[in-house]
Amino acid sequence: MAANPSLLSNPALDDWLAFDAGGTVTVRSGKVDIGQRISTAVALLVADELDIDPGRVEVARVETGRSPDEGFTSGSQSMARTGNAVRLAAATARRHLLERAARMLDVDVAALEVDDGAIHSRATNRKTSYWELAAGRPFGIDVDPAAPLRPREALGHVGTAATARAMEALVRGRPYFLHDMSLPGMLHARMVRPPHYHARLAALDEAVVGRLAAEGVEVVRDGSFLAVAAADEYAAVRAAERLAAAASWDIGGGLETRDIYESLRANERVSLPVVDGTPVEAPVPPPADGAATLEARYERPYQMHGSLGPSAAMANFADGLLTIHTHSQGVYVLRAALAEAFGMEPGAVRTVHAPGAGCYGHNGADDAAFDAALIARALPGGPVMLKWMRGEEHAWEPYGSCASMDLRASLDGDGRIAAWSHETYSDTYSMRPRPGPGRMGAARLLSARFLAEPLAPPVMGPAMGRHMGIHRNLDPLYDLPQKRLVKHLVRDMPLRVSALRSLGAYANVFAIESFMDELAGEAGCDPVSFRLRHLSDPRGRAVIEAAAARLDPSGADCPEGRGRGLGFAQYKNSAAYAAVVMEVSVSDAAEIRLERCVIAADAGEIVDRAGLAAQLEGGVIQAASWTLHEAVAFDREGITSRDWDAYPILGFDNAPSFETVLIDPGRQPFLGAGEATAGPTAAAIANAVHAATGLRLRRIPFTPEEVRAAALA
Amino acid sequence: MGRVVLNVNGAVSDVEADPATPLIFVLRNELGLMGAKLGCGLEQCGACAVMADGEKVLSCVRAVSEFEARAITTVEGLADDGDFNPVQRAFLEAGAAQCGYCTSGLVVALTAYLEAAERPDRRGAVEALEGHLCRCGAHADVLRAVDRLVAGAADGG
Repeated sequence: MAANPSLLSNPALDDWLAFDAGGTVTVRSGKVDIGQRISTAVALLVADELDIDPGRVEVARVETGRSPDEGFTSGSQSMARTGNAVRLAAATARRHLLERAARMLDVDVAALEVDDGAIHSRATNRKTSYWELAAGRPFGIDVDPAAPLRPREALGHVGTAATARAMEALVRGRPYFLHDMSLPGMLHARMVRPPHYHARLAALDEAVVGRLAAEGVEVVRDGSFLAVAAADEYAAVRAAERLAAAASWDIGGGLETRDIYESLRANERVSLPVVDGTPVEAPVPPPADGAATLEARYERPYQMHGSLGPSAAMANFADGLLTIHTHSQGVYVLRAALAEAFGMEPGAVRTVHAPGAGCYGHNGADDAAFDAALIARALPGGPVMLKWMRGEEHAWEPYGSCASMDLRASLDGDGRIAAWSHETYSDTYSMRPRPGPGRMGAARLLSARFLAEPLAPPVMGPAMGRHMGIHRNLDPLYDLPQKRLVKHLVRDMPLRVSALRSLGAYANVFAIESFMDELAGEAGCDPVSFRLRHLSDPRGRAVIEAAAARLDPSGADCPEGRGRGLGFAQYKNSAAYAAVVMEVSVSDAAEIRLERCVIAADAGEIVDRAGLAAQLEGGVIQAASWTLHEAVAFDREGITSRDWDAYPILGFDNAPSFETVLIDPGRQPFLGAGEATAGPTAAAIANAVHAATGLRLRRIPFTPEEVRAAALA
Repeated sequence: MGRVVLNVNGAVSDVEADPATPLIFVLRNELGLMGAKLGCGLEQCGACAVMADGEKVLSCVRAVSEFEARAITTVEGLADDGDFNPVQRAFLEAGAAQCGYCTSGLVVALTAYLEAAERPDRRGAVEALEGHLCRCGAHADVLRAVDRLVAGAADGG
């Protein structure tokens, strides 16, 4: 296995683990808990490796200066990175402490037994404990990537279904979220936003500003950045409404309203062939000679993270130091971006994670942190809690990019794919505020463009790594004799975008797995056999077979009026394998009902069965919501999807029943699962609708209008 | 500013607040009850649900003055510290939360439904969740909790 980057950059054992005087162990991870239950999994891993009760394991909050820097909590890497690191850290600590205990007790290490951290010598009956040996004392050694792990059969917690650590606080409604923090003297802030990205403040009625000031409301202005702050939260809400009414904006030309799918084809672009999942600086090869058996175009609109709780941050500027509480996925990167923005040393900025609502990628968290910091800088000496409003969250978060995919393939006489071509046209997925030349980190924070000294958002070059952004899962896992894969990074698209759960994989897998069914139809073959015919990867085959065994995608036993569809992928061709079979019906009103769903997945060694299943099932539900309902709407005046009525999502009344099969491959590397089911779900629904109705849906979302349009086509 | 008298979780409080303030701000900021979440402020997502005289109500729009004569129960008032109400327990057992921002609203909605329904069933419980959004897709585990609850209600009355 390749070296774990988290350990390469944070090799010291003391970075990860400390024994506390009170009989507990504090684990520090750089990955934040965003509802994926990484803190639960971390506790299980450490508890089992040390052979202590999980209740003794404290998982520290993630903060700059104390936590290991593990970059972003993204890409389904929490388990592969931090899970692996803390397990090795605990194994290193255990070996080290047992060696010390053996010396102290003057016995052989093999004669020692550990019982919940108490160390006992069978030979002499003498005792010590982890805490006696290590509490409050640094180890001063590095984590050993080769430290021996306890055998799986000895583990009491890893592989079971755990109760998530936050669960009791959540069901009781105890303060848990950043939004619940309350400090003495804290001001509540709200933003006043322009109508859209390109609008700038033309005038502000100073009489209103004066009246607000007289009422004790602070108005913060920096160019077109406008905010209010007040001791009372609702007073801040009302003040923001009054200030919004007092502002007039130069709206310029507004948003470009040409059809997004036309823009994806017509705009300037950078085109690169993709080989083995990686773009190469080379001319795009022409399509293969000869007539294609099938050609099809698939489309996916802009879609939003749509966090249930609007983004928030608490900032305090005092004595030259900036402290931020944030639900960002990357506290160190955010710190660097804020330092860039304010011309401060990174050491003068401290960012501390506190949970927000689920984010599913790069939502408004970092932007809200910058906003709060700008307000706090203007109102120094006390904490400022900024909360975005619902319309603001919907309209200003960076969306998942729209995409258009052209697939083309020919079959040979045996019903095998002879040539395959897949081109994806899309925008970037990489607008997280990583620092870089031209203050690139700061420039990617939303409000930078609105300041009196603005920073324009940078134009990103194509991501060149393996399975990144647009070309994530562009390269199918199938064995194809001839593959022509092309990514097109399209410029000048109208909406602000960044990383949304699974990035380009959702659209690419939707296209690939829909097209596989279309080709299977041409070949006169059932969808399972057709895939297996082209798939030698044994773990991939196993998840398809396991799912199909429980819910046959060919639909032989499918109830009348329903249809089933299969979707499969290995996320990034390197993370978890997932097969999704969905059974649907289509109502007279052309609404797609999700009836049953079977997931089969192999995510490597299982740590927390409940957390793993929740990630897989949650991924299906969220992707089903994208697929059935979601498209960000806008006009010249701005985003019109500003609330849940204008941007509906899947409700409890259309959740399928689930059967989720977790394949345990034994002691294999952890493979991230959080994004594995998104793409397969979209294709499974499309294929199921085709099975139920004969209609082939190729443009997401599959609204009743889209279903009717397909029926008329 | 004015004063309002509220009966919340069995305790009467006299708080300073503009009577037009939506209830949720008073619960969270004056009474320190953070269970009700501000999700939309538009009565569209259900995260702010509380009970008033046993009926589920949304707290993010309606003025606090409307609630002065009513007995309000928030998620914090559903069980004592060492105990859980049946819905909380079912959620715990089913692991029915991911990020958890929607959780207290769901718990309140299902509690109000189960306390009012003569014959609770899955269909009625799902209807009680209409207007409640969950973005993580915890639907499967929430519905497993619902199944435990309606089965329990059918068994034990």
